[in-house]
Amino acid sequence: MADLSINLAGIKSPNPFWVASGPPSNTAYQAHRAFEAGWGGVVWKTIGDPIVNVSSRYSALNLGQTRMVGFNNIELITDRSPETNFRELAEVKKRWPHHAVIASLMVDTRERWHEFVKRAEDAGADGVELNFGCPHGMCERGMGSAVGQNPKVTETIVGWVKEVAKIPVITKLTPNITDVTSAARAASRAKSDAISLINTINSITQVNLDNLCPEPFVGGRSTHGGYCGPAVKPIALNMVQCCAADPEVRIPISGIGGISTWRDAAEFIALGSTSVQVCTAIMHHGFRIVEDMADSLNDYLDGKGMKSVSELIGKAVPALQKWERLDLHYKRIATINYDKCIGCNLCYIACEDGAHQAIALISPDGYGLGPGRVPGKPIPQIKEKECVGCNLCSIVCPVDDCITMVSVDTGEPHMSWDDYQAALARGEVKPIPAHP
Amino acid sequence: MPISPRLGPEAVAANMADYKPRYKPQEALLEANRCLFCFDAPCIQACPTGIDIPSFIKKIANGNLTGAARTILTANVLGASCARVCPTQVLCEGACVMLDREGDPVKIGRLQRYATDHVFEKNISVLKATAKTTGKRVAIIGSGPAGLGCAAELARLGHSPVVFEKTAKAGGLNTYGIAYYKMPPKVSLEEVEMIRGLGVEFRCGIEVGKDITTARLEKEFDAIFVGIGLSGSPKLNVPGESLPEVVDALHFIAQIRMQPLHKVPVGERAAVIGGGNTAIDAVTQARRLGAQDAAIVYRRTQSDMSAYEFEQELAKIDGARFLFNVVPVEIVSHGGHVSGLKLARTTNVNGQVRILPGTEFIEPFDMVIKAIGEEKQVSLLKTLFPNLELDQRGVVAHDADTGRTNLPKVFAGGDCANGGREVVDAVAEGKKAARGMHVFFAGEKVTGPLQASRLGVKDGAPMGSGFDKPIRVPELEEEYFKRGGK
Repeated sequence: MADLSINLAGIKSPNPFWVASGPPSNTAYQAHRAFEAGWGGVVWKTIGDPIVNVSSRYSALNLGQTRMVGFNNIELITDRSPETNFRELAEVKKRWPHHAVIASLMVDTRERWHEFVKRAEDAGADGVELNFGCPHGMCERGMGSAVGQNPKVTETIVGWVKEVAKIPVITKLTPNITDVTSAARAASRAKSDAISLINTINSITQVNLDNLCPEPFVGGRSTHGGYCGPAVKPIALNMVQCCAADPEVRIPISGIGGISTWRDAAEFIALGSTSVQVCTAIMHHGFRIVEDMADSLNDYLDGKGMKSVSELIGKAVPALQKWERLDLHYKRIATINYDKCIGCNLCYIACEDGAHQAIALISPDGYGLGPGRVPGKPIPQIKEKECVGCNLCSIVCPVDDCITMVSVDTGEPHMSWDDYQAALARGEVKPIPAHP
Repeated sequence: MPISPRLGPEAVAANMADYKPRYKPQEALLEANRCLFCFDAPCIQACPTGIDIPSFIKKIANGNLTGAARTILTANVLGASCARVCPTQVLCEGACVMLDREGDPVKIGRLQRYATDHVFEKNISVLKATAKTTGKRVAIIGSGPAGLGCAAELARLGHSPVVFEKTAKAGGLNTYGIAYYKMPPKVSLEEVEMIRGLGVEFRCGIEVGKDITTARLEKEFDAIFVGIGLSGSPKLNVPGESLPEVVDALHFIAQIRMQPLHKVPVGERAAVIGGGNTAIDAVTQARRLGAQDAAIVYRRTQSDMSAYEFEQELAKIDGARFLFNVVPVEIVSHGGHVSGLKLARTTNVNGQVRILPGTEFIEPFDMVIKAIGEEKQVSLLKTLFPNLELDQRGVVAHDADTGRTNLPKVFAGGDCANGGREVVDAVAEGKKAARGMHVFFAGEKVTGPLQASRLGVKDGAPMGSGFDKPIRVPELEEEYFKRGGK
């Protein structure tokens, strides 16, 4: 059994799984349920001056029969009073002393920030998370993503908080920005103890084609919502890695964005997250999902011989390089395992119409592929000379391990674009001819 | 004792209800989304009418049921009945790649029914006759699946078909000869109405050769399509065959389809003689009509039965008994009514069934249903068209791609030309004959609708559609040859 406990900038938690600030962390009742289910931390739904919400509030992107591949919301910060929230937070912390309880905060003036940070500390919070990310409702009032999108303002407000904070400060960043590291650097410069990302992305999930109004429907109108759920994971991973690799950020990261399984969590951790935060998956399936997340992450770490989850943090960060540093001489090609091929020909049509015309459909004599090896059924065949190793066929193939990508030894030494440009300038190599 | 109806209306209606009910919307979506949308898909190649199956399933998944039905009916005008009666396990579903991936094919037949039910129920017409008419008139003899397939395609190509049908209702075996729980007659009759809507004229109750001569047809029409199917069961040639409770299986099934279900007489103990799919249809329906005992009586072993395995399973579920390696030597009677079957045990010597002497025994039955295959229409064909060439099997010799016979104006398809195959084969052959006639009239070859295949989108491919050259999964080939290649 690997040690799953973590310490993020002084915030200790029995495991890296935190309930993200959002609808699942709105009340003490929910926080108790979360901890009972096995979550290591709860980031309270953002506390600030009371707001008013609309009805309805959520909408989703479904794919085929899969619900909530993506999800958006137009709900604002908590609509309960700060008094209620801090009182309940204190109750929760008292009952769960070894778990992480973090107060997410969003106010406007320096004085208000000072006041709210103190109130969080008085309630016993293990840390505060500054919500600079919400892309709807609050940003129009100069808060949320309006702060996160302006590094200067971010730096200023983190500075205000740090003037008084005795507990760790996590700055939550918005992805609705060209370069997330500019905001992360600002937080770091202002001595934020950690960053968390990503908050939700500006989105419209769907238009109702009957009434021609986008969802969620609010009396004939809608508004841009914050996008989250499994579909945003790749965007979040990218931003997390960018911050983890940036030499000017250098503070711990709490990863957020589409995490639903142990695997998602492990990927965020491998790209530099110390803790991970989950919201949409809980909104879909409830707090119980953490049992498998913890169990399976443990299993994975054991399999890798890692004694603690901290050993995994950032392990995949260095493998990600700028394009200019990738080896131009590396080559891989697709190979088809005909014992597994079912003859759907999706690889063929994807390559033929969508990529590089490197798969043939040959008509075999006698038996082809498919159930009972249907006679006369054409067989996909990789044209090895044409194959650029793009992966597309292996991605569209509906059978696991049927098409695999195999490295080919080109016999050529490592040469990146940077190396190539330098060698060209020195006259050591001839230009690589254009693809015909 | 004479036989009589055995169950009340509610009980029999429940027994005869759809054995594969229509999918609920959620079920259909779930199933449609299982389809991988194969390219050059094997299911298309296994469909004798070449329906672009992945396309119609995609349309269901995307909520376009009318479009799905259009894709189906454009290729196969009897798509609604084929959805119910096709042996999909050995055709499209037998070729589905999901069999290899998950051991469970996409339920193409049930999805096809889901889409076609939508347009029939809502009365949406998806097929249109061409506005341009050629003035060519075609006489179609027989309104079964082959005749309907031919008539619909002709109408869509602008010709004017007239269908001659000797019985009161059009549709042939689809109307009269399908097990009720697989498809009620309503489905077939609705298809006939759809085809009528394309401008096809139906003359029911007109028997060619009796009410109208072939000479007159040849004079008045530019071409003739022969789609007269097969005739009834041959004789058993045993004593007692003319007793009132001895019936032909197809007659029994037609009775079920033409009368209120609770008025169809059935024995308390019914014997069904034969080992094919029709025997199964008879034995299951005898049980469903309330027979206490219904038994398949077959002269060979179970593995020799030509009935599909899934059909045999159904009979077992319905509680039918199977008597193998026995042959009726006499139908015994009491007071002029069937009281039993005298059976003799058989053995198989070099493929020949031999009666074992001294093994006779009597099984009590009060009804005997004959399902020992249908006879070829040799004498009728000879009477109608004395110069028409038949092959050694006694079926119309014809060109497989165009339906042309040795007579210049005469085309043929369906059971009378193929010896007896599936409904879907008959539709395809009718359609091919219609296209053959189009070439005959206009010298113009019709292709399509073609699916994109590896040979290109524009040209389609001979392998791109089962219509041109159906592939057959090995198991089906086996079934096919087991039935003597018919």
